[in-house]
Amino acid sequence: MAVTDTGRMDVGAKRPSRLFKNMTAKIAAIPMIATALVVFIGCTAWTIYHSFTRSRLLPAPDKWTGLQNYDRLWSENRWLVSIENLAIFGSCSLVLSLVIGFILAALLDRKIRFENTIRTIILYPFALSFVVTGLVWQWLLNPDLGLQNVVRSWGWETFTFDPLNNADIVIYGILIAGIWQGSGFVMVLMLAGMRGIDEDVWKASRVEGIPTWKTYIFIVIPMMRPVFVTALVIISAGIIKVYDLVVAQTSGGPGIASEVPAKYVIDKMFGSQNLGLGFAASTMMLLSVLVVLIPWAYLEFGGKKER
Amino acid sequence: MTDATVNALSGPKGPKPKKVFSSTNIIIYGTLFVVCMYYLLPLYVMIVTSLKGMPEIRLGNIFSPPVEVTYEPWVKAWAEACTGINCDGLSRGFWNSVWILIPSVFLSIAIASVNGYALANWKFKGSEVFFTILIFGAFIPYQVMIYPIVILLRESGDGITAFIRIFNSDADNFRLMGSLWGLVIVHTIFGMPILTLLFRNYFTSVPEELFKAARVDGAGFWGIYFRIMLPMSLPIFVVAMILQVTGIWNDFLFGVIYTKPDTYPMTVQLNNIVNSVQGIKEYNVNMAATLLTGLVPLVIYFASGKLFVRGIAAGAVKG
Amino acid sequence: MANSVEIKHLDLNFGAVNVLKDLNLEIAEGEFLVLLGSSGCGKSTLLNCIAGLLEVSDGQIFIKGNNVTWAEPSDRGIGMVFQSYALYPQMTVRGNLSFGLKNAKFPKAEIEKRIAEAADILQIQPLLDRKPAALSGGQRQRVAIGRALVRDVDVFLFDEPLSNLDAKLRADLRVELKRLHNQLENTMIYVTHDQVEAMTLADRIAIMKGGKIMQLGSPDEIYNRPENIYVADFIGSPSMNFFDGEVVGNHFKGGDLDLPLDGYTFGPGGAVDGKAVIGIRPEHIITGELVAGAPVKLEVPVELVEPMGSDTLVYGTLNGQALRIRMDGQARVSLGDSLPIGIDPSRASLFDKASELRL
Repeated sequence: MAVTDTGRMDVGAKRPSRLFKNMTAKIAAIPMIATALVVFIGCTAWTIYHSFTRSRLLPAPDKWTGLQNYDRLWSENRWLVSIENLAIFGSCSLVLSLVIGFILAALLDRKIRFENTIRTIILYPFALSFVVTGLVWQWLLNPDLGLQNVVRSWGWETFTFDPLNNADIVIYGILIAGIWQGSGFVMVLMLAGMRGIDEDVWKASRVEGIPTWKTYIFIVIPMMRPVFVTALVIISAGIIKVYDLVVAQTSGGPGIASEVPAKYVIDKMFGSQNLGLGFAASTMMLLSVLVVLIPWAYLEFGGKKER
Repeated sequence: MTDATVNALSGPKGPKPKKVFSSTNIIIYGTLFVVCMYYLLPLYVMIVTSLKGMPEIRLGNIFSPPVEVTYEPWVKAWAEACTGINCDGLSRGFWNSVWILIPSVFLSIAIASVNGYALANWKFKGSEVFFTILIFGAFIPYQVMIYPIVILLRESGDGITAFIRIFNSDADNFRLMGSLWGLVIVHTIFGMPILTLLFRNYFTSVPEELFKAARVDGAGFWGIYFRIMLPMSLPIFVVAMILQVTGIWNDFLFGVIYTKPDTYPMTVQLNNIVNSVQGIKEYNVNMAATLLTGLVPLVIYFASGKLFVRGIAAGAVKG
Repeated sequence: MANSVEIKHLDLNFGAVNVLKDLNLEIAEGEFLVLLGSSGCGKSTLLNCIAGLLEVSDGQIFIKGNNVTWAEPSDRGIGMVFQSYALYPQMTVRGNLSFGLKNAKFPKAEIEKRIAEAADILQIQPLLDRKPAALSGGQRQRVAIGRALVRDVDVFLFDEPLSNLDAKLRADLRVELKRLHNQLENTMIYVTHDQVEAMTLADRIAIMKGGKIMQLGSPDEIYNRPENIYVADFIGSPSMNFFDGEVVGNHFKGGDLDLPLDGYTFGPGGAVDGKAVIGIRPEHIITGELVAGAPVKLEVPVELVEPMGSDTLVYGTLNGQALRIRMDGQARVSLGDSLPIGIDPSRASLFDKASELRL
């Protein structure tokens, strides 16, 4: 076994050019590069640029109007209602889904029986479409035939729970549906975080006689900080995108009482053909995401070097 | 006698093991039972409502099981329910969704897995930059990119038409905007960040020596991908498939924007059926239609079990 | 004999870190060369450069006279065996062995013939249709060697191939590797951090540190004539005893030590007076009846005794420092004894204090 099979020559003497090195990988990555550059950067920049133009039915890149669209946006009642709804819906669902998710995860973490079954039940709404969720809750909250009717038929004649037709509380009706769908996901995240905590922590706290609830609050929660942060970022990004749920459950009504920014943008762009306003509103959405994202990215990647 | 045997005879010294019906346990199981009821209630109501006739619904209790079980609402929802002038039920939306789903799932996974593989094993100058943009892109609200993509799809559709007409001047207009293919591309684009992350993390965890061994054995980029990596990562492909099937099936926004009424996916058609303002509300048909639409992801969810959990946690916990 | 592998002025930088610095190495046809060093010394990096799995920053690599600096790994005429075996999990043993040949578009009959040959040499015929998961660690490593064997390469590269095996199996496979090398007469480059593997397998050993070769030589040279303090300290277990002192007129003087250097073989620099370090291996300290004939006699108090069966390790004190002495397993020494010892300066190693190089 001395003679080699490949008739080799001095092919390796020349350093290949930088550009052609790893060529196949570069070609294979073209869809990714195109998506990153054209869609995520290009389209975003395009929208931001056009939010400063007088675009109506069609984009008008040459009619520069400065901040005019933004002025109109912030003086429009429908936008202000959308923002207010997003603030209420966002803060409530953030707090509630984190709290509910954590408590459910802590309960499931107590080495109980039927853990898998219970987890499956709590998580299944997450597999459903927002449209399905919205329509089911629309039916459940139907004032004449739904929950309210049932409670009244039990003898509590004055019971009133009709969020979907009451402009003041309609957003809470959507909140109930949103929590129903999303809290299972938060629970799964939290449970994964809890399972990642060293079993010895529990042994140590038992040896020292610390009650379970104190261990959770003073030891487990601080140790789960990264999970909370991740959950926070993911929920926030999801909240800003809320669209289908509102469309299905209330169509933004009664009146404009349950409008949200995501719906506002789509309606302006494709309904009332006021592109400029739509672009300005979507840029505001992007801005609010950045408010959450940049501090997180800074904390996550800023201090330490990326892997 | 040694100390050990003395202890063994006198029994364990700690407190007795907790009883099954301790007060803590009753609270835990009680709470979880109530919680499970809350989560199951809507599903239960959907099912019983869809099996009742309208008269029974008007008179009765939303929670009560059907007195007289009827499958008519299901038949009606599937084959007769109207959206606008079309009265062929949800079936059309179902098949539209299927035809959107199959190429979208295939294409998005094919592209993302190659991305992840290139990012894990064939890093090139700038590859990490593109990956970072991709991950940040996952957080950009779709509303920001939705309109320029309409233009991109329209223009590239025209471009492709012009290209085809070089060879066949009578060719029909090729449309991306408003067609299933346009939607397939959109799903591929927006599925890319999370799937690429999923595959990158997975391929990074494959021992590097395996990759080196294959290179010494003379396999190139595609050889290693198809012969080594693909066969050994079937589980992660299944996870990605679950993620994409449920995600694409449940999509509403892209369906509304990028398709036309006759190519609407099931979710959009469902919403139009239920929320149409004309005619009397048929709650039983509506619930049957809602259940039908939710059935595909539900079946996948219950069948896949832990893989679904792994899929949704993959991007979040490890990312 | 012609050189099989030649490495000229090799540099490798990861960013601002120089992992390999102006490295030169010539490996003869059929030689078994071991790259030895602690982790992070660059030995695996060097092997990966030879294999073409890492891009060098500067310098050249020749295999069989061909410049392969920029050639693909598969075009270099090398085969590689990895620490984790790196067998393709979804393929059978036969599939693993044939993968490289199929990539090189060999005819089917030739592939079959070569697999049969390799399986014969490595005695893995019964395993050919099994998956790697069904093999033991030793069997897996054999298949990994087979994968290099079927490709009929000029140079075998081993990257810590035995580290994942338990001690007994490691010793068995070591013997087998040596036999394989005798049978095949291929050039083999073998990376390890285990000095026993290095000493037993190598024709020559290259001891590396910080991307440089500290000494290149036969196991005998490395052990008996280490060129610097690092090598002297690295090789041998327990490690060498070092004492500071001075060379004055053909004598080494330091504390209680006064060693005549008549029998010591100085390097080309000869004996120069000045500050120096003397290194004495624990097993070269004379004990028992032989002390009477030793050139230098001393007595040291015994601080600690570690019986290890085959030998006994005794810790004494000399010049206020611990002195490790390896004695016969039968030696009866107890704590607090005053142990008579002898030192033979001709077996010691003398280093310059400042440059740490052998005198």
